[in-house]
Amino acid sequence: MPEENPNHAPALSVTGLCREYARGASRVRALDGVTLAVGRGEFLALVGASGSGKSTLLNLMAGLDRPTAGSIVAEGRDLAALSSDELAHYRNAVVGMVFQAFNLLPRMTLEENVELPLRLAGCEPARRAELVRAALARVGLESRAAHRPGELSGGEQQRGAIARALVLRPRILLADEPTGNLDSRTALEILDLMNELRRDSGATIVMVTHEQHLAERYAGRIARLRDGRLESLDVRA
Amino acid sequence: MRGGDLARLALRNLREARLRNALTTVGIAVGAASLVAMLSVGVGLQHFARRRLARAGLFNSIVVTRKMNLRGYGRAYRFGKTAAGAPTRPLDQAARLQLEHLPGVLAVYPQVRFLSLVRYAGKSYTTLIAGVPPAARSGGSFSGLIGKYYSSPDAAQAILQMKFARVLNPHPRQLLGKTLTLRYAERQPLPARPGSGGAAGFAIIPKTQPLRIVGLAPRAPVFGLSGFFRGRVFLPQQLAEHLQIAQYSSLRDLVNGQGKGRNYGNLNVVTRGPGRVLPVEQAIKKMGFRAFSLMDATRRLRLVFALFDLLLGIFGSLALTVASLGIVNTLAMALLERRREIGILKALGAADGVVQRLFLAEAAVMGVVGGLAGVLLGRLLAALLNWGTNDYLARRHLPHVSIAQVPWWLGLGALAFALAVSLLAGWYPARRAARLDPVEALRYE
Ligand SMILES: Nc1ncnc2c1ncn2[C@@H]1O[C@H](COP(=O)(O)OP(=O)(O)O)[C@@H](O)[C@H]1O
Ligand SMILES: [Mg+2]
Repeated sequence: MPEENPNHAPALSVTGLCREYARGASRVRALDGVTLAVGRGEFLALVGASGSGKSTLLNLMAGLDRPTAGSIVAEGRDLAALSSDELAHYRNAVVGMVFQAFNLLPRMTLEENVELPLRLAGCEPARRAELVRAALARVGLESRAAHRPGELSGGEQQRGAIARALVLRPRILLADEPTGNLDSRTALEILDLMNELRRDSGATIVMVTHEQHLAERYAGRIARLRDGRLESLDVRA
Repeated sequence: MRGGDLARLALRNLREARLRNALTTVGIAVGAASLVAMLSVGVGLQHFARRRLARAGLFNSIVVTRKMNLRGYGRAYRFGKTAAGAPTRPLDQAARLQLEHLPGVLAVYPQVRFLSLVRYAGKSYTTLIAGVPPAARSGGSFSGLIGKYYSSPDAAQAILQMKFARVLNPHPRQLLGKTLTLRYAERQPLPARPGSGGAAGFAIIPKTQPLRIVGLAPRAPVFGLSGFFRGRVFLPQQLAEHLQIAQYSSLRDLVNGQGKGRNYGNLNVVTRGPGRVLPVEQAIKKMGFRAFSLMDATRRLRLVFALFDLLLGIFGSLALTVASLGIVNTLAMALLERRREIGILKALGAADGVVQRLFLAEAAVMGVVGGLAGVLLGRLLAALLNWGTNDYLARRHLPHVSIAQVPWWLGLGALAFALAVSLLAGWYPARRAARLDPVEALRYE
């Protein structure tokens, strides 16, 4: 099932990326000179021990955080050069994010959750309804539109989160341990769904996971981090 | 994000922590209500005082008198010479016409008041007669009048003061339509002797004037600065003037050798509103007369009221300011509770400004809802205050008074103030929310 997708212009290009945190007087290097390119339409898995810097790298790619040093070029944009508002627009229009904790707003219905990125984009209400319906249909949750997240199973919540991440048809999907809270069968369902969507839309996926077998099953390449450094970059045959 | 979406999101967030937000909003409402209620009393009292004084004609009246030639007297005394000062301008018919034509002047009339003999039912009474200027009626001087007002400005009709009417007849209403007779002295100048300057003097000729009693004034009417409140029998101004009473100022004119035509001891000038008093007063002084108005006293009164309003406003605002601390607290708590939500919104592409506006919108909704409720509550308090006061006054048979008033500008101002205070209070939590680090907020524990 893994696919080899040789890329010409990478979707994401990371060069000498560093991210330091101040912890009291000392400084912690969460990311220490990572250089990596992710091709268009590629499915890249980020693996490594807990605390190795996977989430830090993903958040930098998402434009939620800014690097201490190095550069990230995403879909032709140098993220370091973007203003705070431009970065917000990048997160809205170019990137879709999926989290381990699903992160649906608990007081809103599924429908309203999926509508949020469209609202933030300033989309017209009529078009919003249409896009929300399509996205929910795509993940098989039309019948759950009016439910609140608390009334949904973990798998359904994550499918809802995927619908929300994809409703604006982003070029890049970033997922931080998306199956971490799911049983293994549901995990496979979710990753199948993500992979299908990637093939349909040609979007790029970067997924953090600590489950080696899932990485091997779905990812084209596996990047292994260790203490903030890129330890290995395996291409799956 | 669209404005409507922002408002809808804010409303939806407010519905979540319902009790807390409701209490905060009630706090704002109570603050706004106290502001409205306090200031309504200020407005009401001020309105009451101003209307009372304006009704009495005090605010648009000027009393004009002739200048006294004190310098002349001084010299005469010191050097033992006869009076030598420049003659001052007499307050005569020409002056009256000129005064009437000054811009902003509504009416000019002399104060006519004199003691006279009145005969009714075979008995004679010595009493004070007063002329009533036409403006007095619209000014409300005769509120509560029993019977009718004069049919014309020179009608041979009289309105009696109630006390005097009771002296004439223990059942005063029976006097209406009856006639009483005024016996008065008319001054007639004697022909000038050849060679002398002015009139040589005047003869006093007794005359009578029948007067139909048309009305009874239960309260002593008040009007203008000099007033006619001590009068017992009130005549229309023109009639009173026409009677050409030998007022004591004419004697002085005679002595001064200026007894030609009609001379007035003083003239009341009524302006077309309090705003015209100062310019008219200046013009009168330029004409060479003395002028006196209550404008100075009024100014001081206004200052007192301004200070009073300020004080009430400070107390009122204090409550609203305390209430605004509730907003700070509520939004700061919301910020703590909604860290994750803010992180999610940012991850989905909300700019810092959007997050800030969302929090400010929540503060604004609390401010507007609380402000509206507060204005209504304030009106209710004002109404209760009026009700209570008037209940008290009614028990003592005193007239109705609107002690607290909420004009539209007070309601609107309080609403705007509540909104402004809320936005100010929401600003800091909103700023904190906008600056929240999304990675920190989204960290999975
Ligand atoms: N805000 C922070 N302040 C201090 N240290 C941090 C912060 N965020 C992450 N770190 C540290 O950076 C390292 C990498 O963290 P992270 O990227 O979350 O690891 P992973 O996702 O691979 O488990 C860890 O050692 C972590 O403790
Ligand atoms: Mg992590």
